[in-house]
Amino acid sequence: MSESNWKLWEVFLRSKNGLSHKHVGSLHAADADMAIKNARDVYTRRSEGISIWVVPSEEITASSPDEKDPLFTPSDDKVYRHPTFYDIPDDVEHM
Amino acid sequence: MGTNVSLEDKFQAFVDAENKVEPKDWMPEKYRKTLIRQISQHAHSEIIGMQPEANWITRAPSLRAKLILLAKVQDEAGHGLYLYSAAETLGEPREKMIADLQSGKAKYSSIFNYPTPSWADMGTIGWLVDGAAIQNQVMLTRTSYGPYARAMVKICKEESFHQRQGYEVVMKLAQGTPEQKAMAQESLNRWWWPSLMMFGPSDDNSPNSEQSMKWKIKRKSNDTLRQEFVDKTVPQAEYLGLSIPDPDLKWNEERGHYDFGEINWAEFYDVIKGNGPCNKERIAHHVKAHEEGAWVREAANAYAKKQAARKEGDASAA
Amino acid sequence: MAGGWLNGVKRDFTKEEALKEYFYFLADDSLVLGQQLSKWCSNGPVLEQDIAIINTALDHIGRARLLYQELARLEGGDATEDTLAYFRDHLQYRNALLVEQPNGHWGDSVVRSFFIDTFNFYLYDALRSCNNEALRGIAEKAIKEIAYQAQWSAEWVVRLGDGTEESHAKVQKSIDDLWMWSGELFEEHPIFEVLKDDLPAFSSFKDHWVKKVAEVLKMATLVMPSPELWMQTGGRYGIHSAQLGYILGEMQSLARTYPDATW
Ligand SMILES: [Fe+2]
Ligand SMILES: [Fe+2]
Ligand SMILES: [Fe+2]
Repeated sequence: MSESNWKLWEVFLRSKNGLSHKHVGSLHAADADMAIKNARDVYTRRSEGISIWVVPSEEITASSPDEKDPLFTPSDDKVYRHPTFYDIPDDVEHM
Repeated sequence: MGTNVSLEDKFQAFVDAENKVEPKDWMPEKYRKTLIRQISQHAHSEIIGMQPEANWITRAPSLRAKLILLAKVQDEAGHGLYLYSAAETLGEPREKMIADLQSGKAKYSSIFNYPTPSWADMGTIGWLVDGAAIQNQVMLTRTSYGPYARAMVKICKEESFHQRQGYEVVMKLAQGTPEQKAMAQESLNRWWWPSLMMFGPSDDNSPNSEQSMKWKIKRKSNDTLRQEFVDKTVPQAEYLGLSIPDPDLKWNEERGHYDFGEINWAEFYDVIKGNGPCNKERIAHHVKAHEEGAWVREAANAYAKKQAARKEGDASAA
Repeated sequence: MAGGWLNGVKRDFTKEEALKEYFYFLADDSLVLGQQLSKWCSNGPVLEQDIAIINTALDHIGRARLLYQELARLEGGDATEDTLAYFRDHLQYRNALLVEQPNGHWGDSVVRSFFIDTFNFYLYDALRSCNNEALRGIAEKAIKEIAYQAQWSAEWVVRLGDGTEESHAKVQKSIDDLWMWSGELFEEHPIFEVLKDDLPAFSSFKDHWVKKVAEVLKMATLVMPSPELWMQTGGRYGIHSAQLGYILGEMQSLARTYPDATW
């Protein structure tokens, strides 16, 4: 990472109480404060009463896809590619 | 080699069964490359597309119009971010995508290489350019790559506001003073054809399309999307009392579609090659902002590093 | 008072006039700053910050609209938010000189925002319990945005101040250059005396402001110039720097070319 690139953070939102945090995407920020603020700017466009988690992407360990199925032979172990959340249906209501 | 073939066949069957591919799943290298190219190109289009509209934010003729336009351009920045984020799940860092954009290696939608000399362009762009983009993007909400599809769902929700915003601007002009009406028509005259070009080359000249359709990255051909767009837009122009600048445009009862004239493909390819009125300006603008921001990005990193070190110091002192 | 730069400005106000002036101070600050911040759109140092600064521009322009709508009611006649924004000249604008200063680089814009956001934070917080109902409502809505903005700009001052050597030097210069425009925010003005039973005088926020700015600059390892230095004045009387003419010229150009049009 060169001096002027910011690290990647994964963003999780709880859109209202009673729902769990859900992965919504990522962004670049230099520190956690900035990541939280940006997540609010970008992923909530400031709806109130929302809880945000940000996690440095590099801190996430992802499981390998099921090795028994040859289709899912892991092609790459870098977490960069990616903290995956399989088959989460896009629930438009609760974005 | 043999296993490779069977993996690819399995992958095809997996996609054919309407399954979504997720980042760490095995995928053909060419599928990954195609996605990176397409998603980053899409992201760049959102980002470069901010410029022609940002050009009018400071001069918007009412506070309401200023607020709406600013919010719209901000949305486009957000779209760019969602898309860069989706491309990064494939292992392509954003810094590399940006470098490719600035070096000219990566493309973006050619439509943004035209200038916006008129306020009416803020309406026409929302109506036609966002309208054409929606045509494409609705299809992409069902694309086979999960993160891309999810980004498109978020984007599409916002795009419909953009098209309505644009149409409203044009409508106010079309129903306004004679000068305003002329403004709207003049703008439509310029943007109509470049909007049709947004769907890309005709199907016979679109080499990558077939494989993309097979992998369900794309679900409709360029010409199909273009036809849908024309069919949907002509009545909207009629409603405004504006005329579409195409003498060959007419309803074809038999086909159940509008026939329309030939696109100037020479212009299309030349603008892609870099010879549009604003190609150089758009990239120079992007490079300038990026370079002028380098010291800011460096400072934030340096501060974050110091903070982390201080925290560690505190922890070991405790 | 006589015999200087502000020679000849209006100094006696009825209660009704004074109230309108108070609204113009707030509305013009919001609009001019929002207009300036909006120029960062597509020019920020990184996409995420482009989005962040556009948010603050949106907030300022949104707040300006609410204030002009109330002003249009106070002015009566054909006044609307847009006639007030687009058909007043620089002599009628009442914004502080600080907000019309050029965007400069990121550090200049951040410091300009930090000064005015910190001021706005104490001002709008006080307005939530003032004796003007419209202002109370606007302040109640605005205070959340302003708290966010003040936090954002303060964090950036700290990052740049305590970042690299280069950023430290740059932002220290921004502080030093913009300092002389900061005092006007707290200046005495005849309207405050007229309105003293209903609305807070801006001078009442000076101590809070100085304390907060000192605190943030210390965290940022930056040097705070003395609040007793000579400060520029004039904006609240319609005497502006040369910048405002360009800002308004650009903003009003289309609306004034077609004065009979609705958009
Ligand atoms: Fe778009
Ligand atoms: Fe978009
Ligand atoms: Fe859009």
